[in-house]
Amino acid sequence: MIQTVKETTLFLGPQHPGITGNMMVELKVVGDTIKKATTHVGYLHRGFEKLMEQRLYIQCFPIVCRICVPEPDPNEENFARGVEEIAGIEVPDRAKWIRTMVLELSRIQVYLLWMGGQSGSVGLYTMPQWTVGDRDYILDLFEDLTGGRVYHMYIWPGGVRRDLPKGFKDKALKTMDYIESRLPDYDRLLFENAMFLKRAQGVGVIDPEKAKEWGVVGPPLRAAGHHNDTRIDDPYEKYPEVDFIVPTRTESDVYARAMIRRFEIEQSINIVRQVLEKMPEGKVYKQIPNPLYWKVPKGDAYARTESARGEFAYYVVSDGSTKPRRVHARGPAFVHAVSLLENLLVGENIADVSMIMNSLGTCPPEIER
Amino acid sequence: MSATIKNVLSPFSALKYLGKKPHTVRYPKESKPTAERYRGFHYNDVETCIGCGNCANICQNEAIDMVKVPGIEPKVGDSGLRPRIDYGRCCWCGLCVDVCPTGSLALTQEYTHVSDDPEDFLLLPGVEHPEYKEKLSYVSEKGYNLLDWDRVPMRELDPKERVKSFAEVVLGYMEEEARTEANRCAGCGICVSACPDHMHIPEYIRAIAEADDLQSLKIIYDNNPLGEMCGKVCTRRCEGVCVIGHRGEPVAIRWLKRFATEQFDDYSKVLNPEIRPKNGLKVGIIGGGPAGLTAGYYLVLKGYDVDIYEALPKAGGMTMAGIPKYRFPEESLDKQLRYMEGVGVKIITNTRVGKDISFEEIIKNYDAAFMGIGFHKPYLLGIPGEDLPGSIQAVTFLREINFGKKVDIKKRVVVIGGGDVAIDAARVSRRLGAEVTILYRRRMQDMPADEEEINGAIEEGVILVTQGIPLEVIAGENGRVKAIKYGMAEMIPDPKGGRPRPRLIEGDERILEVDTVIAAIGQQADYSFIPEEIMNQLEIERGRLKVDQWQQTTVPGLFAGGDTVNRTADAISAIADGLRAADGIDRYLTPKLAKQKMDLDKN
Repeated sequence: MIQTVKETTLFLGPQHPGITGNMMVELKVVGDTIKKATTHVGYLHRGFEKLMEQRLYIQCFPIVCRICVPEPDPNEENFARGVEEIAGIEVPDRAKWIRTMVLELSRIQVYLLWMGGQSGSVGLYTMPQWTVGDRDYILDLFEDLTGGRVYHMYIWPGGVRRDLPKGFKDKALKTMDYIESRLPDYDRLLFENAMFLKRAQGVGVIDPEKAKEWGVVGPPLRAAGHHNDTRIDDPYEKYPEVDFIVPTRTESDVYARAMIRRFEIEQSINIVRQVLEKMPEGKVYKQIPNPLYWKVPKGDAYARTESARGEFAYYVVSDGSTKPRRVHARGPAFVHAVSLLENLLVGENIADVSMIMNSLGTCPPEIER
Repeated sequence: MSATIKNVLSPFSALKYLGKKPHTVRYPKESKPTAERYRGFHYNDVETCIGCGNCANICQNEAIDMVKVPGIEPKVGDSGLRPRIDYGRCCWCGLCVDVCPTGSLALTQEYTHVSDDPEDFLLLPGVEHPEYKEKLSYVSEKGYNLLDWDRVPMRELDPKERVKSFAEVVLGYMEEEARTEANRCAGCGICVSACPDHMHIPEYIRAIAEADDLQSLKIIYDNNPLGEMCGKVCTRRCEGVCVIGHRGEPVAIRWLKRFATEQFDDYSKVLNPEIRPKNGLKVGIIGGGPAGLTAGYYLVLKGYDVDIYEALPKAGGMTMAGIPKYRFPEESLDKQLRYMEGVGVKIITNTRVGKDISFEEIIKNYDAAFMGIGFHKPYLLGIPGEDLPGSIQAVTFLREINFGKKVDIKKRVVVIGGGDVAIDAARVSRRLGAEVTILYRRRMQDMPADEEEINGAIEEGVILVTQGIPLEVIAGENGRVKAIKYGMAEMIPDPKGGRPRPRLIEGDERILEVDTVIAAIGQQADYSFIPEEIMNQLEIERGRLKVDQWQQTTVPGLFAGGDTVNRTADAISAIADGLRAADGIDRYLTPKLAKQKMDLDKN
């Protein structure tokens, strides 16, 4: 008997609520099973890296945040740290503490947004209402601190742009308490939800043996049993002076990745509290040379930060002129959403595509840059 | 973890929030106040703004254009332009605020603007929506600004050392200091309009910052052949309007010029300016001061033969005869004169027009003439005893000293006046070992002298008596000056809005015992060498010659510049006059040149 198999092509994205940002996954499916997945990008067309080659160093600083909309701060941090390393600028202590706090606040708000996306992709629509609403309290903090809710443009070469506003510490501590008090609710609604357990366990498994070889980073790597975190492996700013745990799991599926993020929120809240407690008084900004003519000495630097999606790095090259010769952004999404996703999706169900994608933490502008 | 019945039921715990007040924004809309540091639409205090354009330069989106605004006129230190923001491009990063030198630009808490007309999204902050002023949020703070407010301090001789000799007080920047200082310049060019000579200030400072001192020197010599002199003694109107000076210390433009010009001992080896072939026309210049030298230099570059007639043994005018050597050493002047003579400027010294050569001869022998005779004739005090032995004039005194002669001023000296000449006379007297008092009829803040000079004099131990009007020079038994009688004055406001005037307080008269009285209450021009028929054609307004935009007087072919023409009466204004006159003379003689060429072609 001859069996015929009808293969269908499905385009998921670029406009689709289940897709993270402007990208598209082209799926070849047989029935509900995916036979082949191909990632297509090119819907942003900003060319950030090229734009930066045409701008003064200080003019690059408002651009870098655009490389990841939900999480702009690691971009600012990487760029600032890269330039500081080449130019040999010593950042004031207080600025380092503030940067640490900003990066952790940023991590919390990304995880809150991710929770919304992850639960939305399995059809739990109450979670996004809650977490996106709670995320706004952190954006309020950012608004007070930086003057912007989403694009903060706060961490710049030499330190940070402004000191903490009056009453910030109390407000931040209160917000941390509030977010912490909400975690049990999130547990009951998502992490302990029978539907999520059923849908997420055993799905989208990354082979732990292959994870490092493939270049997987961040929560997906830790969910595969590897104890890797840039904050510990290559400490920066004030991370060596705060206590926190890097959780790991071994299942390496969507659920494990979710749980890693769930525990990291607690750790981040803890770090923010420690930072607010330990932060010394002092200057927050070391004056850089006249930015309109600032020639950063010849050299290069590789600055990396643990973003919410994993190790995120900038390679900054200076040829000694007023503009960077090259600023290369190496984001986790390049691996996670192209090579890894294309492999992981094969053999999975159509209904799980969005869920797997969300669990990897995809951010298309990082791929296109 | 496998799902149990508990996991099925737990999501229903969300029901406990039913009926509770949501914490998100509700309808009807409650407006949420923005943060104190919110980065919304711009507001610009148009009165404080000086239109330097730093905001437009730093904007990475090119969202800011500097545009003309009705009602705001350009003036010295204000371009008259104001920023206009294109909100189709602006990303609210606020770099414009953090680079604003005056602090006029700020971001506000306003963030909504609804319109169907795209043109509506071009905003002239401050001019449009002035009500945003009430909601300033992201404001320019001095401590977080991108500009460097503090000047690299200039090293000076210790006051105790200074009074012992005529050694130069200011020591000049070291290389590293100069580069750092030059790097503070934002390059806006507001200073250029304040400089009478419109020197290319941002360009030559940039060249210093980039360690290209030769380039800097070349840029300076483009329109100022006495750069080193200006680098030492310029009145630096540029620094008065420097944008960084609005909230910090202005860039040390004068000291930077000094640094660049001092890097080369022999300009003829490095400058190599383009000199046009000789055209056969001759220009006679009366007076070898900054105006005459400048006109002469640029005319030589244009191919003219130039003769400068100088009455004194050395050219330089007031900068040679008037400015003391501790401010402007003779070697520096020599170096600049040597270079000019090397280029082809002919300086004929010890030749006073009207005595050694007649004015008519110059008019007859040359195709055009330039007159930069300066103010060397002092005003008289007009008080009894002024002509006693021991009562002298500051310009005469300084000239004698500068040309190496000796003046016996004895032990106690009073200098009358509050200008730069008075301060110079006082500080020179200190160096000659005298106890010096300056007697000035107005207050210290009314003194026309440079503040740095006044402070320098005080540091060196000069005593300042202000609001004192000299009444009489009293003679001693030997017929020499013995004392000066002066009366104290009170300040009364000027009804015309000028600076307050001193009025003598009746009965409050004091006597100061002195050996020498030096009068320094101003100078005027001496036109006595000009024959009467030409004098009648010259139009003179309050002691100054009237000239057109090319420095030509009312006598065709006779040009003039310097103190006899401009009211600012400083070296840089004279240089500017000389530069303009060189162009004017070139224009004036162009028809003659063309005719000469046509005649040649015919033959």
